[in-house]
Amino acid sequence: MPKLNTLRNGQKSVITDISENDLSLKLLDMGCMPGEEIIMIGQAPLGDPIMFQLGGYLLSLRKEEAENIQVEIVN
Amino acid sequence: MNAASSKSKKQLRKIALVGNPNSGKSTLFNLLTGLNQKVGNFPGVTVEKKTGKCQLDNEEIEIIDLPGTYSLHPKSIDEEVTLSVVCDPANKYYPDITIIVADASNLKRNLLLCTQVIDLKRPCILALNMMDLVRENKIEINTALLSQELGIPIIAMNARNNEGIKELKNLLKENIAAPNKCFFDVATLNINFLQELKGLIKVENNYLAHLIFLHHHAIPSIEHNNEITERIKLVSKNEKIDKGRLQAQETIIRYKNINSIIQTCVVDERKIKADKLTQKLDAILTHKVWGFASFLALLFLIFQFIFSFSAYPMEWIEQGFALLSDAVKNHFPKGAVNDLVTEGIISGLGGIFVFIPQIAFLFAFIAILEDTGYMARVSFILDRIMRKFGLNGRSVIPLISGAACAVPAVMSTRTISNWKERIITILVIPLISCSARLPVYTLIIALVIPQKKLWGLINYQGLVLFSLYLIGFSAAIFSAYIFKMILKSKERSYFIMEMPVYRAPRWGTVVLTMIEKIKVFLFDVGKVIISISIVLWVLSSYAPGNRFEKIEKKYENSDNAENIIASEKLEASYAGIFGKAIEPVIKPLGFDWKIGIALITSFAAREVFVGTMATIYSVGTDDESSLRQKMQQDKNQNGEKIYTLATGVSLLLFYVFAMQCMSTIAVVYRESGHWKWPLIQFLYMGALAYFSSLIAYQLLA
Repeated sequence: MPKLNTLRNGQKSVITDISENDLSLKLLDMGCMPGEEIIMIGQAPLGDPIMFQLGGYLLSLRKEEAENIQVEIVN
Repeated sequence: MNAASSKSKKQLRKIALVGNPNSGKSTLFNLLTGLNQKVGNFPGVTVEKKTGKCQLDNEEIEIIDLPGTYSLHPKSIDEEVTLSVVCDPANKYYPDITIIVADASNLKRNLLLCTQVIDLKRPCILALNMMDLVRENKIEINTALLSQELGIPIIAMNARNNEGIKELKNLLKENIAAPNKCFFDVATLNINFLQELKGLIKVENNYLAHLIFLHHHAIPSIEHNNEITERIKLVSKNEKIDKGRLQAQETIIRYKNINSIIQTCVVDERKIKADKLTQKLDAILTHKVWGFASFLALLFLIFQFIFSFSAYPMEWIEQGFALLSDAVKNHFPKGAVNDLVTEGIISGLGGIFVFIPQIAFLFAFIAILEDTGYMARVSFILDRIMRKFGLNGRSVIPLISGAACAVPAVMSTRTISNWKERIITILVIPLISCSARLPVYTLIIALVIPQKKLWGLINYQGLVLFSLYLIGFSAAIFSAYIFKMILKSKERSYFIMEMPVYRAPRWGTVVLTMIEKIKVFLFDVGKVIISISIVLWVLSSYAPGNRFEKIEKKYENSDNAENIIASEKLEASYAGIFGKAIEPVIKPLGFDWKIGIALITSFAAREVFVGTMATIYSVGTDDESSLRQKMQQDKNQNGEKIYTLATGVSLLLFYVFAMQCMSTIAVVYRESGHWKWPLIQFLYMGALAYFSSLIAYQLLA
């Protein structure tokens, strides 16, 4: 399973699993959970953090945070 | 609750606003209350509390704006405040009606909090905000059906252009029934203890009891009851309650229910859900090269703007006060009272009012950056760099707010959940030049930097001002790096943040922010300045023993000696004695005893420097030229000008670095919970100030 941080610009994916730690609750509150579609939108000038389109809004995550999220790439 | 209703009828009905960050909660609050609002702190914590009054036909109601949150399960101290208000009938602000403000273009995520509030089964309204975005994106929301599904009244609105505000006010006049739908049944969690707890805390509602069970520490009236908290802790331990797991279970069930509601009530056929304008702007503003370039260019423009445009109104204010002082002096009988009014109070007041234009511009810019959504991008593009220095992308907003005032900036670090990052941010914030330094900078820059333009375009004075801010910022970053090396922590740092869509700024919000900040400056800061001005006037107008008489006697027979007498008297006065006492220490920095007095008083607040100078220089002189001119003409015993380039630069650097603000020291103590931190801050900043001034003066003189 690829991880969210490996997505290329504009690539679409569906979240399959989030490893459980202190961040997963925060992600859950914000609607970031298995089954949701997530698209990589772009990166900050230094490549990190990364911006994603999740549902109707833009979510920014650091690479190391995106690493905890497993996705399935959708074509 | 009986206690509340049996109180006098005069008690206003309370309406609380809750909602996700970026849902337009504050806009709605401004619309409902207008200028009729009060900003303060929640008791015991330094989370900003905004309350205001709103007039419905013949009833006045009280509105409270609660910190934005995605869920009633708090993840930060701000969010705990929201919980403590909506979940505690004993709270002073416990609402009669809760308005849930939701971003309609982002309904699903906003409904999480909404269903939680509904489950408390207290009267509530859903304010479906940002309907313009919904229409723009051709999303269809069947609000009647949604209202039926949620079991609460809904108002579709667009707070940005007043749409729906009338309907909301009309609805508030009516009697709103408590909802009876349930979106998450706590009973499915099988916590037997809840029944017992409901009895202990005298609560009927299951979900409320559940929230109190999980987050009792956030609710003061429960936390103060040892018996209950001990019992809760014991049960949690014995039954091995995993709070995280319980929250996760709840959130997943809620989202499941929300999904089925959305499916019946919302038609959203967008293929790409992104906002087009936002995409285009982000392509530039978060671009590898243009992202940083545009950020720096914007900052530079703001400072040029503040400096050049506020020059005119500042001049008018200066002249106005000079005229006023003159008029009072000539029209009222001469004497000590006249002197106190004209030399102490009016000159002190003038010293405060003159900075209103700059403060207004600065806060207007900060408000615009926040309101357009750009501030979040600043955090985004700088997070990586900030992290290297032990800070967080979220530190950027406190640091930039620090350019206005360190006190609210230190308070705003509460959104940084990592302890180490937060304490480092707090430690370095006061190095960012705040608006209180602006008066000092302006005065000294005007004294020692020529009013010329580089290549006929760039204002030299503006350039120097910009460099001062840059020096402060660099020092902050550099110090953060040192603290990162020294402080130890194992806690995880994160940057999970919503990026709002770009929107045009609302001028109403900008103006309200400006007025609010000017009010705070005039009343809170002004009080300190005026009292110090008066104390100073007394100290500089009186001397121990018969020193003044001696001086008068000395020049008894010489004509035109008024100015010499005045300056000798000042030197002999109590203020002069203080200044002289510290002169040996500050002489290597190029400061005389007059500056010494101002440095001492500046420890109350930096902007007092100007008031002090105004008082010192107006004592005993009759000509009403401005303070700047008087300082420019001031000479030392050898007939050399005091305010040379070297002294000016040295003084500027001292003010860039030194920790001269009692309010900041107090707020850092409150936020860090230990005297250790403000002390460390005071010492390292003081050392930085002294040695940089020393080096600068020795090199330039």
